[in-house]
Amino acid sequence: MTTAAVKPATMAQALGRALRDALAEDPTVHVMGEDVGTLGGVFRITDGLAKEFGEDRCTDTPLAEAGILGAAVGMAMYGLRPVVEMQFDAFAYPAFEQLVSHVSRWRNRTRGAMPLPITIRVPYGGGIGGVEHHSDSSEAYYIATPGLHVVTPATVDDAYGLLRASIASDDPVVFMEPKRLYWSKSQWNPQTPTAVEPLGRAVVRRPGRSATLLTYGPSLPVCLEAAEAATAEGWDLEVVDLRSLVPFDDETVCASVRRTGRALVVHEATGFGGPGGEIAARVTERCFHHLEAPVLRVTGFDIPYPPPMLERHHLPGVDRILDAVARLQWEAES
Amino acid sequence: MKRNSPTVLDEQRGAYRPTPPPAWKPRTDPGPLLPDPEPYRVLGTEGALKADPALLRRLYAQLVRGRRYNAQATALTKQGRLAVYPSTTGQEACEIAAADVLREQDWLFPSYRDTLAAVARGLDPVQALTLLRGDWHTGYDPREHRIAPLCTPLATQLPHAVGLAHAARLRGDDVVALALVGDGGTSEGDFHEALNFAAVWQAPVVFLVQNNGFAISVPLDKQTAAPSLAHKAVGYGMPGRLVDGNDVVAVHEVLTEAIQRARTGGGPTLVEAITYRIDAHTNADDATRYREDKEVEVWRGHDPIALLERELTERGLLDDDGKQAAKDEAETMAADLRARMNADPVLDPMDLFSHVFAEQTSQLREQAAQLRAELDAEAENDTHNEPGGTGR
Repeated sequence: MTTAAVKPATMAQALGRALRDALAEDPTVHVMGEDVGTLGGVFRITDGLAKEFGEDRCTDTPLAEAGILGAAVGMAMYGLRPVVEMQFDAFAYPAFEQLVSHVSRWRNRTRGAMPLPITIRVPYGGGIGGVEHHSDSSEAYYIATPGLHVVTPATVDDAYGLLRASIASDDPVVFMEPKRLYWSKSQWNPQTPTAVEPLGRAVVRRPGRSATLLTYGPSLPVCLEAAEAATAEGWDLEVVDLRSLVPFDDETVCASVRRTGRALVVHEATGFGGPGGEIAARVTERCFHHLEAPVLRVTGFDIPYPPPMLERHHLPGVDRILDAVARLQWEAES
Repeated sequence: MKRNSPTVLDEQRGAYRPTPPPAWKPRTDPGPLLPDPEPYRVLGTEGALKADPALLRRLYAQLVRGRRYNAQATALTKQGRLAVYPSTTGQEACEIAAADVLREQDWLFPSYRDTLAAVARGLDPVQALTLLRGDWHTGYDPREHRIAPLCTPLATQLPHAVGLAHAARLRGDDVVALALVGDGGTSEGDFHEALNFAAVWQAPVVFLVQNNGFAISVPLDKQTAAPSLAHKAVGYGMPGRLVDGNDVVAVHEVLTEAIQRARTGGGPTLVEAITYRIDAHTNADDATRYREDKEVEVWRGHDPIALLERELTERGLLDDDGKQAAKDEAETMAADLRARMNADPVLDPMDLFSHVFAEQTSQLREQAAQLRAELDAEAENDTHNEPGGTGR
């Protein structure tokens, strides 16, 4: 049956389906957070789960992020697999102590005796016109913490596959959901959802020869658009979707950069201290003799996330990416 | 202000007839939740001691053993065998009662100061002291002993206790969690969030605050303006109980009642035990900077072991042989602990990478290979430098 038309599905629907399938398949999975029950989450990701699985499996908690994640630690200690929703990027900060001081270290602290299989869903990033504290790109904090996996889907298919893999992981996963892409659609078939490779594999979304754009999450569609626009200039850009920041897929990334000889990292998070610095350093260390130009970064500015009326000036867009690609075509000046 | 014509809103306002606000009343009668302002006491109270003699003898032996454990661990710190030891000398009644009221299936959530409670629950003292010795962080499998890892950040173990108790109840298991925290820890946000979650979820959990007077150097009146720490319970909708923390029988009774309440679906309880830290916070602390010797002397006069010993002796439940037997058993424990702590632990540096993730990332594999090479080079050097070796 390859002819049946598949109704386009959104990333939000794919995430909801992943939660539903995980709850149905594994009785130890529990969804919890503020507003995830009756309301179905402020983004409706958990819509219908409380009704289908009961309030014990999909629980509206008191409004307290440290309490939510702290309780999840205890639940995981007892053999459950909590999936925690943090509602918005900046709302997750009160839970930071639990995350950094406990969740990330528990396996190590107990020398492997007690892993904590907790998935922490963090809707992140800007571009939705949110007011302050609703648009942060907080991934740098998480990748700087040993013991956490940090993954972020950019496609509808990956939203399903990566979330299922995260919930199945025996280690804590910070699952960064690009909320700007919640309503992006694809011909994803919820009847035959696809699994993903193990967490930690990047994927080439668009093959090319002139340069590699290294990106993830909300910036992937922007990079693909830039790559299309760049063909007018005669540039054939390769676009790599990292999908996972921890573990980091050096292999796929470096294979691409060695082919193209040029690399540009694109993300919304701030440039100074952002993931791009780490990625650029890794690429330079491993591919120095293949590089025709310095590894460049196109990132958000080093400012607190701006108000919605100005955010388009902050977010990396197609023009800024193309300007950087032009700078990648440098010739050694004498 | 001149207006041109009445608006729709004005018409609505004109038609508006205020109704009284919805009736409001407290959701719970705070009366039954409030602690009795006088801490509960048994020892020295006429006609109050009704406990089983076997329990009393057991508690006495444990107190004596606990005091010896505190003394031995403090000595090991002075010898450099422990990096640090936060003593519970003077607080043994709380630690011993907390361990004794738990059944095998129950869970204990200790803070860094509560190694004695873990030992009293049956944990090998050497394993209990692993963290403080600097040999890895948790020396035991928490699931095997049902003792959570010793928690160093303040009060962050409390939400864990709530989550575990909640999970156990969801699974239909008869499990209660007992979480220990100090007076300073009650100021932390996690204390509030844990108590709130516990009450909303009616989780089978008991919170025991050991109010030992000081958070390092800061006294209770600079920590809180509440009438007592037990009073905080009413704000969450759970009962608060005040108990004399040096009266092991009273602490045992109050905790037993709270645990029974939790076990039978009655929800959480906050217990404040009023006690005193006779020693300094740790060996790094100079307690003379913030308290008077005479205050310490008052508390020495209210010693948990002496309190029980006097009562048991008066009632003919303890004689010199009984005292000596408890002392001998404690000495045996201390000698064994001393001997084993004086042996240098053997650590494998490669373990640094063993327990970060279930599967090592390629990044960690690279770093592990680097350390392996450094260790091999060190071993090579050592071989060359050994007497009788090839030398250089």
